[in-house]
Amino acid sequence: MGMDGKALLEVRGLRREFGGVVAVDGVDLVAYEGETISVIGPNGAGKTTLFNLISGLDQPDAGEICLDGRPITGLPPEVLAARGLARTFQHGRVFGNLSVLDNVLIGAHTRQSAYRLRAPVVGMAAELLLALIQLPAWRAEQRRLREEALEVLALFGDRLLPRADQPAYSLSYANRRRTEIARALALRPRILLLDEPTAGMNPTETAELLEFIRALKQQGLTILLIEHKLSLVMQLSDRVIVMDDGRKIAEGRPEDVRDDPQVIEAYLGHGRRDPEVTDWKVQSEDRKLH
Amino acid sequence: MPDFALRTLGDQLINGLVIGNVYALIAIGLALIFGVANLINFAHGSVYMVGAYVGWVAVMWLGWPLAPTFVAVAVVCAALGVLIERFGLRHLQSQARIAPLLATIGISFALDQLVQIIFSPNPQAFSSPLPATRIALGGVSIGALDLLIAAITFAVAAVLFGFLRFTRLGWALRATAQDREAAQQMGVDVDGINALTFAVASVLGGIGGVMIGMYFTSVYPTMSYGAMLKGFAANLLGGLGSVPGAVVGGLLLGLIETFGVALLGSTYRNLFTFVILIGVLVLRPTGLFGARRALPPEPLTGTFVASSRPVRIPAWLVGAALVAAILLPFIATDPYLLQILTSAWLFGMLALSITLVTGAAGQMSLGQAGFLAIGGYASALLTMRLGLPVEASLLLGAVLAAALGTLLTWPVFRLRSQYVALATLGIGEVINQIILNWEDLTNGPLGLSNIPPLTFLGLPITQNVPIYWAALAVLAIAALFQWRLMQSHLGRTWRAMREDDVAARAFGISLNRYKALAFIASGLVAGLSGAFTAHMYSYINNETFAATTSILGLTMVILGGMGNLAGAVVGAIALTALPEVFRPLADARYLIYGIVLLLLVRFRPQGLLGTV
Repeated sequence: MGMDGKALLEVRGLRREFGGVVAVDGVDLVAYEGETISVIGPNGAGKTTLFNLISGLDQPDAGEICLDGRPITGLPPEVLAARGLARTFQHGRVFGNLSVLDNVLIGAHTRQSAYRLRAPVVGMAAELLLALIQLPAWRAEQRRLREEALEVLALFGDRLLPRADQPAYSLSYANRRRTEIARALALRPRILLLDEPTAGMNPTETAELLEFIRALKQQGLTILLIEHKLSLVMQLSDRVIVMDDGRKIAEGRPEDVRDDPQVIEAYLGHGRRDPEVTDWKVQSEDRKLH
Repeated sequence: MPDFALRTLGDQLINGLVIGNVYALIAIGLALIFGVANLINFAHGSVYMVGAYVGWVAVMWLGWPLAPTFVAVAVVCAALGVLIERFGLRHLQSQARIAPLLATIGISFALDQLVQIIFSPNPQAFSSPLPATRIALGGVSIGALDLLIAAITFAVAAVLFGFLRFTRLGWALRATAQDREAAQQMGVDVDGINALTFAVASVLGGIGGVMIGMYFTSVYPTMSYGAMLKGFAANLLGGLGSVPGAVVGGLLLGLIETFGVALLGSTYRNLFTFVILIGVLVLRPTGLFGARRALPPEPLTGTFVASSRPVRIPAWLVGAALVAAILLPFIATDPYLLQILTSAWLFGMLALSITLVTGAAGQMSLGQAGFLAIGGYASALLTMRLGLPVEASLLLGAVLAAALGTLLTWPVFRLRSQYVALATLGIGEVINQIILNWEDLTNGPLGLSNIPPLTFLGLPITQNVPIYWAALAVLAIAALFQWRLMQSHLGRTWRAMREDDVAARAFGISLNRYKALAFIASGLVAGLSGAFTAHMYSYINNETFAATTSILGLTMVILGGMGNLAGAVVGAIALTALPEVFRPLADARYLIYGIVLLLLVRFRPQGLLGTV
């Protein structure tokens, strides 16, 4: 794992402006296969904008993104999903009126045979007929995806499985976040972007999710993580990228980054350069959110 | 083009500017409401119509001079505006933006029908008390009314400008328009501002109504609908929500329309409005002069879907209901009842088609009657011109409705929420205008008569009972068709797209493709219903499938529960049968529909059987 692997995601000189405000300013990033990289930084540093640019929901003003050596800059999110890029959202975006199971099945959308019927008009007609006639092969595929989706739900123990048929709007906040991760996993991603997955979770739930992400990491999944809880970042990350004001201000191993004076300044403001303060900061951050 | 030869270019110019002035007044009102409440107010046309009637009563019944007439119009319309805001819309603020939009449609239905009940649906002559002399100015003649209209518009625009710019209340209003929550934090009474906005906008609309009434020398209840659409076309043209833009847009629309009519004929009058409406929405949604900013953001998809668990209807109950419906003609022999139920089955198909595209896929379609019309005309013409058997033409009509309708709706796919509603309404009207004007094919306003009757295996179906069965069979097939689709991955994909289109895209769902599939599937069902209707009645014209039909279908769907197939059929039966059950209410059916819609949006957005 780490630098000796193959570069899966390469971001070069990425820039995005919103009406004069530079949200992302010349950010470079390389994620090697199997790596877990955390992106940290104060609120408004441009972390989520960076995720939106990588996942195609927003288009950069300058810069280049490559996935697996192929340029993906400017491609829409629906194409990137099929290339194996899955993400969760900062404030959670489950499909409220869909059951938990259906939410996860949407994650498998690009893996259905109907998805491969790409021809403009003929493809649509074929998809309509497929849905109407429901041939045995189609039924078998749907059954298989359903079983897989249940397996993904089972990864969360008895958190989601007993609620598989309930509408997602009826779930607790933490369960909605889990549903989102389950949906992303159903895509069988090559790279997973998690935007503050533990926001709003209590310490037990956070610890549980930490173990969950660690297990994903051990299976060799490449993960990009935005997270405010630094203890979690320290335990999970192979590498940490620190952003402030749209720029990457530091990058390196978690323990190195933690002691970087520039990082401390970004977090605590000017004039407080005592490295010991970082630990205080880490603890207070955790305490605040727990 | 005799019209053009008779009148000089200058006269046309004056004409266009005068009409444009009134459009500008209407558009200013809509712009204020859109700016402050972020709402496309479908009731604005009805307020304008009420204003016209108040003016008509004052002048023609009471013999009042103009000044007190305008005061009366202003007072009544201001009160009406406040009432609409307070009782129709205020409690919907926290809901998706489409909820108050639907409420204003309900209010507009109710107001139109009330005026119709009180004053009859017929146009009433309205002659202005002004002298009829015209001033000749270098070959151009200007009447006193022309001058009055211009003077009032400019005075109103100046007063409004001063009010918004220089008074504290005006500042508060603009602050609320920019950022409602910030304004509230700074101590602005935003509810009060909302009510004030509706009052001012309604006064402007009402005054516009009186002036148009005098200008065209008549008032009639249905003048509301066209005025609202023109106001919105003008507003879009100048930039949605912009007051100066509304003035320029209104004048431009008036000129375009007047010269267009002079060149092509008066039946084309409305086509310009709708083409502008759709063209601007799709190509330049910020208007001709708007800044290059995106449309105002909508929260998520902004669809009208309430969280709910649908009532599960067991298969045996569906089967039993179907058997009962099949056996009904043996028990109940009243031909009138069978006719109503036949009509309910056909409306049921319309409702099914809307529940798919609007309920399941989340695309608020107000133009579904356009699909009915294409299906009806296509099937009728295929049998009449090409001699196709009716069984084949029904299917082909449905396919053509799906294909043409989806093609026409394609430009709308890039829009969201309220704009989809407005654009599909416009597309429904464009289809209507094409039918009206393509006389070689459609016979224009005369319509198609002697359409061959329905046939089954070559045998004509003309009796009540067989027609009832045939309609029931077609409805059952349509329901089965949609049930299959909803059970498949398509149903899941549509609903995901409705719930959150951003998340849907992030998981590989191409919005254009699945919107198109939804419109195709829904167009097939609606087209079949329209085709069936054409052969059943043996006569159709452009008014057979009017815009109100689309909205009636939507009300049925909301009543039954969005996306709910059983709900669509139940809603269709309820709203078709109810006014007939209470016979004395039959004349007031649209009043009932309007009130039902208003109450549903407020108290039971998930409908009777729940959102699927």
